[in-house]
Amino acid sequence: MHAKKLIILSVLLALACIAFMTLGAKGSWSFLLVFRGTKLLALLLVSVAISVATLLFQTISGNRILTPSIMGFDALYLLVQTLLVFTLGGFTYVALDGQIKFLAEIGVMLLAAVLLFSTVMGKGRQDLHRMVLVGIIFGVLFRSLTGFLQRIIDPNDFAILQGASFAQFSSVDKDLLGLGILLVSACCLIIWRLRYTLDVIALGRSNAINLGVSYERLSFVVLVLVATLVSVSTALVGPVAFFGLLVTSLAHFIMNTHRHAILLPASMLIAALILVSGQTVFERILKSQSTLSVTVEFFGGLLFLLLLFRGKMR
Amino acid sequence: MKNIGVAIVALFALSCFSLFVGVKEIAISDWWQSPQNIDLFFISRIPRTLAVILTGASLAVSGAVMQMLARNSFVEPSSVGTAQSAALGILLVTLLYPGSPLIVKMIVASVTAMIGMAVFLAMISRLPVTSPLLVPLVGLIFSGIVEALTIFIAFQTEMLQFQGTWMSGEFSGILRGRYELLWLCGVLAILTYVVADQFTIIGMGKDASINLGLNYKQVVIVGLFILALSTSLVVVTVGMIPFVGLVVPNIARRLMGDNLRASLPWVAVLGALLVLMCDLIGRLVHFPYEIPVGTVLGVIGSFVFLYLLYARPAHAR
Amino acid sequence: MIEINGVSHNYGKSKILQNISLSIKESGITALIGPNGAGKSTLLSLMARLQPLQTGSIMFDGHSVSQTPTRELAKTLAILRQDNALSSRMSLRDLVGFGRYPHHKGRPTAKDHRAVEEALDYFDLQDMSGRFIDEVSGGQKQRALVAMAFCQETKYLLLDEPLNNLDMYYARSLMKRLREIADTGKRSFVIVLHDINYAGAYANEIIALKDGTLAIHGPPQDVLETNALQTLYSMKITVTQHQDQLVALHHL
Ligand SMILES: Nc1ncnc2c1ncn2[C@@H]1O[C@H](COP(=O)(O)OP(=O)(O)OP(=O)(O)O)[C@@H](O)[C@H]1O
Ligand SMILES: [Mg+2]
Repeated sequence: MHAKKLIILSVLLALACIAFMTLGAKGSWSFLLVFRGTKLLALLLVSVAISVATLLFQTISGNRILTPSIMGFDALYLLVQTLLVFTLGGFTYVALDGQIKFLAEIGVMLLAAVLLFSTVMGKGRQDLHRMVLVGIIFGVLFRSLTGFLQRIIDPNDFAILQGASFAQFSSVDKDLLGLGILLVSACCLIIWRLRYTLDVIALGRSNAINLGVSYERLSFVVLVLVATLVSVSTALVGPVAFFGLLVTSLAHFIMNTHRHAILLPASMLIAALILVSGQTVFERILKSQSTLSVTVEFFGGLLFLLLLFRGKMR
Repeated sequence: MKNIGVAIVALFALSCFSLFVGVKEIAISDWWQSPQNIDLFFISRIPRTLAVILTGASLAVSGAVMQMLARNSFVEPSSVGTAQSAALGILLVTLLYPGSPLIVKMIVASVTAMIGMAVFLAMISRLPVTSPLLVPLVGLIFSGIVEALTIFIAFQTEMLQFQGTWMSGEFSGILRGRYELLWLCGVLAILTYVVADQFTIIGMGKDASINLGLNYKQVVIVGLFILALSTSLVVVTVGMIPFVGLVVPNIARRLMGDNLRASLPWVAVLGALLVLMCDLIGRLVHFPYEIPVGTVLGVIGSFVFLYLLYARPAHAR
Repeated sequence: MIEINGVSHNYGKSKILQNISLSIKESGITALIGPNGAGKSTLLSLMARLQPLQTGSIMFDGHSVSQTPTRELAKTLAILRQDNALSSRMSLRDLVGFGRYPHHKGRPTAKDHRAVEEALDYFDLQDMSGRFIDEVSGGQKQRALVAMAFCQETKYLLLDEPLNNLDMYYARSLMKRLREIADTGKRSFVIVLHDINYAGAYANEIIALKDGTLAIHGPPQDVLETNALQTLYSMKITVTQHQDQLVALHHL
């Protein structure tokens, strides 16, 4: 049953990938293959990162409505990036090797995420609404701080920053692809080994402890993984608020199970399917550039409201 | 009771200071001696300061009224989609009838703001009363959706740049002749004060209002009308400014309790003070460049809001 | 053997438990009673390491709950909590199956499946084993949770008001079943009960807490007695005898 659905999803994804590679192809194939191939790879990587991060985050926060982006994780990443430009100065920042910079950003991001969110999560589990609200306001705070810093940064530095961030679906940052693949695969490996434990964690703190899972340690690990994955995806394509929510809700809806061994691959496939086919439609057929993210956000937001009203938060 | 006189004096002092902050330095001792300076004062500095004060007071008062109507202290027009709906209205009228006068834009914006608010109130009336924090949550998402829609339309019609001016509030463009609509906000604030008692009763709930012989529906509609009008006035003239309507009424409530008649003067003065302070910070931090007041408030306001969320138990009132 | 030594617990400034010391013998049923807010659930959750100990120590067979790895403890003791807000949406069979997790770590064997089926049979859950937990009645959910704790097959089982939501039939059959198992000498139970008569009829020993202190610890006849009940609950309760069983007429 589940296996069949997973196979169908995989086939659909394969079709979408073929369409993405071939539709409207003009010119030399060797160029196209490399050009579109890297882009496809980036889209797939981002799908994996976002879907896994969201699923994990929902598991440790014990509900199906929160996502790392709603809680301000990707805004935090942009803030970290801006802070680095601010403290190092634009030219030092640019002179740094891209990969090293990326790793440094992830390092700072991990620190900040763990510090901020471990407190919120501990308290929040009892009071979900407060936690969500606090998370959203954190997001606003990070964005405002980013905006604030960007304004007081030297105008030259600001231009540099604009070049560095603001990655989008249509203009993926390709330099970080290799490192991104490495990081995401490492995270996925750890998560796959934890897949049964994650099922237990989803039962809540007391139940997990009762069943012999060291809850505190594992939720720390999961938080670190989530922060890493969000950093990778934000570095590659910029912030996406509701995409993760859309994906995990669909995965729950289609698979109708609580088992991470099934939910993990399912949400990865669904995310990739939406991104690749969406990008194919918008880029190749509608020929319009960056509207995929706006569309996804719009429907994601509607879905969020729907979930709130249906009371399916838990 | 704490003396509101002190707050008014502080506001006055800060306003005077604000008059002397600007790219062109004007010495306090001799500003009246050159006609250029006097012109500068009457064309730019005084209008700007007045606009800041009016906007601050109006936003804070709107927040207080909205919190009564929604019976929840974590909402304000710009966090529940009202201001965003107004911006959507402005965009639509600009697209459909380019070059229509400001007053037309304003009327359309008020209508869309009204619709946005009605949708929001209809949504929250279906939420369980036991989870007060769900109300601001729904509001935030709703405003996000309206904003996404606006950006989408603006993007498709290449109006994004234009749209940005309503999305983030800024006083740097305020000159004589460009802010006078805001006086209407002042009038609306006074009107609110006149009917303050009715809003206070509405805040106690429908049953209590009926019990006290109030025409519940009618008062709500009057409130919606005032809110829609003053919100769209502010959006049209200076753009969206977050958190003022949220933070100020909450602070005033701590000082004065839930009685609007007593707290509204405080709300107005504190709102003006807060926005003036943030505007000054925005002008001074990176002098001679300006940081929009909306950005400054985004930082300061979210800190205060986080504090409010943590300092209080879950019941939002 | 469970040894509790000098355990005190505070929430902020309020003292919830004060210097509790007692030991509970291996095998048998121990009933934990006391008025609302006496600290029963707090004590139980400390025993089950759901909250960190503030002072004192708790040992199960010489293993301290604060030092033994939690995965080891999960094979020695299990708890059923009083409030069971479950965030996951899963079928009753899956839920009960999680009780086996400490043993199989995600890869259930035939033995684990058998244990689950037995528990489902025993608690009359087979008919609805495919239903989701938010689609069954309160008592059915409670039975599923008890079954899950049961499945864990630990030597010590701590049950916080297991009879909540159960009808008379299931309440009695659960207590009878516990008694049978206790009599085999293999497992022991600590059960929070509000119905003093259940405690009297099924427990070997009763521990009574009041205002966070240990009030009484002894055989049922020490507690089922008008004066003792008067000090515990501040109400006058007549105790009579039915055959050789003491019965408190607390509802009259
Ligand atoms: N998280 C908490 N924070 C503060 N006080 C608490 C908390 N949990 C429990 N208490 C208090 O500790 C005391 C003991 O609570 P506990 O749940 O242990 O009582 P109980 O004996 O199980 O009562 P009941 O029979 O009602 O279940 C009560 O006064 C309760 O108000
Ligand atoms: Mg209890």
